[in-house]
Amino acid sequence: MERIIFGDNQFFAVNHISDEKSRAQSIKFKDDSAIIKTLDVAIAAGINTFMCTTHDRIANICEIIRKDPVKYQDFKIYPCMPYAHKYANAVTEMGIAGTLKQYVPGNFLGSILKGGVAYISKDYISIMELMIDAEMKMFKGINTPVIFIQNVMTDLLLGLGMDEFLIGFANYVRQKYNAEPGFITMNLPKLLDVLEKGGISNPIICASINKANFRMSGGKELYEKVLSEGRCRVIAMQVLGGGAIPASEALEYVSNLPNVESILFGASSKQNIENTVDTIRFYDQQRKEEVIMQ
Amino acid sequence: MVKIALIGAGKMGLSHLSILGAHPDVQIVGVCDTSKIIVDVLERYSGFKCYSDYLKMVEEAKPDAVFVSVPTKYHYTMVKELLKRNINVFTEKPFCLNPNESGELVLLAKKAGVVNQVGYHNKFVGTFKEVKRLVASSAIGEITHFQGEAYGPVVIKKKSETWRSDPSEGGGCLMDYASHVIDLINDIISPIESCKSSILKSIYSKNVDDSVYALVGTSSGATGIISVNWSDETYRKMSTSVTIIGTEGKIVSDANELKVYFKGDVLPKGYSKGWNVKYVTDLTEEVDFYLRGEEYSAQIDYFIKSVKRENKNNVNTFDSAWKTDTSISLIKNQSRI
Ligand SMILES: NC(=O)c1ccc[n+]([C@@H]2O[C@H](COP(=O)([O-])OP(=O)(O)OC[C@H]3O[C@@H](n4cnc5c(N)ncnc54)[C@H](O)[C@@H]3O)[C@@H](O)[C@H]2O)c1
Repeated sequence: MERIIFGDNQFFAVNHISDEKSRAQSIKFKDDSAIIKTLDVAIAAGINTFMCTTHDRIANICEIIRKDPVKYQDFKIYPCMPYAHKYANAVTEMGIAGTLKQYVPGNFLGSILKGGVAYISKDYISIMELMIDAEMKMFKGINTPVIFIQNVMTDLLLGLGMDEFLIGFANYVRQKYNAEPGFITMNLPKLLDVLEKGGISNPIICASINKANFRMSGGKELYEKVLSEGRCRVIAMQVLGGGAIPASEALEYVSNLPNVESILFGASSKQNIENTVDTIRFYDQQRKEEVIMQ
Repeated sequence: MVKIALIGAGKMGLSHLSILGAHPDVQIVGVCDTSKIIVDVLERYSGFKCYSDYLKMVEEAKPDAVFVSVPTKYHYTMVKELLKRNINVFTEKPFCLNPNESGELVLLAKKAGVVNQVGYHNKFVGTFKEVKRLVASSAIGEITHFQGEAYGPVVIKKKSETWRSDPSEGGGCLMDYASHVIDLINDIISPIESCKSSILKSIYSKNVDDSVYALVGTSSGATGIISVNWSDETYRKMSTSVTIIGTEGKIVSDANELKVYFKGDVLPKGYSKGWNVKYVTDLTEEVDFYLRGEEYSAQIDYFIKSVKRENKNNVNTFDSAWKTDTSISLIKNQSRI
């Protein structure tokens, strides 16, 4: 994985700090061209991986990328699924059975709903596989070397003890998409134990990691300990920790953590994108020099 | 270990179950739902013992406490049966369909001497907790007026019917959505006990209100406006906010960001004259297991601690939720005039 990965929160008005900023972002990124323009800035700054939710609008972005294979030849997308709001709204509207009917492709499901649950009781994993396929459709023809399951889903399954779905996800993504499975979580230590128990060693995990101890369930010390053990390939997200700490200090902290392979960030202005990239590169360089000096 | 059972593993119930499942002091002894698919998946993949009849579950599983997260119309009957059996109860909001029912349950809970809590999670949000603290310490002087608002995209087109579109099941924006704001105002300022006028408007729904606008008064003499609309798709998800005007300053807060303006020189620690901005990230304590907002984990942890008699069980009590039901009914009745 690349050292720096570009995220998509800013495009979809996901701002953990301010509703006002969220609104400004939805206005700024109303048109797909504004998203593409920002992606191009990130690419120019040397970032070639875009990690994004399977939001409807990403389908349009994929379309634009497919049309320009030369320009985007090194470009990779890490899809993150599911786009939870879509399903949560559907369940509110149609109930669980109605949602499955709407989103699981094929006749397969018609038969469950008609024939009763017993008919397919062995096969909820296959339903999940069909739903993965549905979510992956928009990425056809695009390089997606890592496919993620979103934190709401990962952590819901983790709490419910439904490890089989997590393992099933990993197996399917490997086998069908020839991709590495990735897991986004707010509970890295707990998840890692479960994945290891399920036979997944050295998994790719994307988690909130920051100097501010923000959304690091179990606490920063525990995270630092787990990181030092090198049992997983980590992408650090929410590295600014909600803005409590100055950006440079926040980036210095994550850049210098052991076994953090990549850093995920999102920004909407050219200046912020370039600054973040430069700062991470600066600390990486500094560390390399220190190693050589020793 | 606290033995917990849950009734109603729908959207809210699954979220509770997941947080409970990860809680180190909790053992889940039973889950009850009338949906076959849900029960089937839970039994098979989580290994929980599942039931379709909650009374049978309570009888067999003998829980210390039960979470009730079924549609609102069932809260009253189920909670009553649980209280009769001296079981500690966490129930979802709104508490009941009318304040008579909730008032009865308050008394029953008191008699049974059990821990009782209602799922108004905003009280566990860092910014709102700080607002409450500031108001309680009179930091912005005497409260003269407030505005409580919530907007979000629940019903944004004419669509198929669920329990949320049936007034007799606790559907509608006032019961389902505005209740959060009303409860928050009741807690931070003081209970809303008069309603001068109110409008309950349907926009896309056939049988229930999609928006609520009301002019209200609290027992402390403050007046305010409630403005809530669940058919506003310019919001990605529910956004709840309060604006509170006092003689010595003003507070504007949502779940993410708290802005306070102080007029004078008498200031709480950590604040200065003029505008101050604090973020929820600075005001939030870490939780042991995070699913969808610290407040959801924190309210469950608070309840478990109450059952273990490790705290006072005075947040989101049945009593406070009964007052909220009373305020809701005032607003509803006024709209009919
Ligand atoms: N605190 C919040 O922010 C919040 C958010 C959503 C819902 N809620 C509240 O939670 C409650 C449930 O809402 P929801 O959105 O989860 O609804 P839902 O329809 O998704 O879930 C309700 C569940 O209860 C089950 N059920 C219905 N009748 C039953 C019975 N007699 N016995 C056992 N199970 C039964 C249904 O099968 C379903 O699984 C409501 O009171 C609602 O107001 C609160």
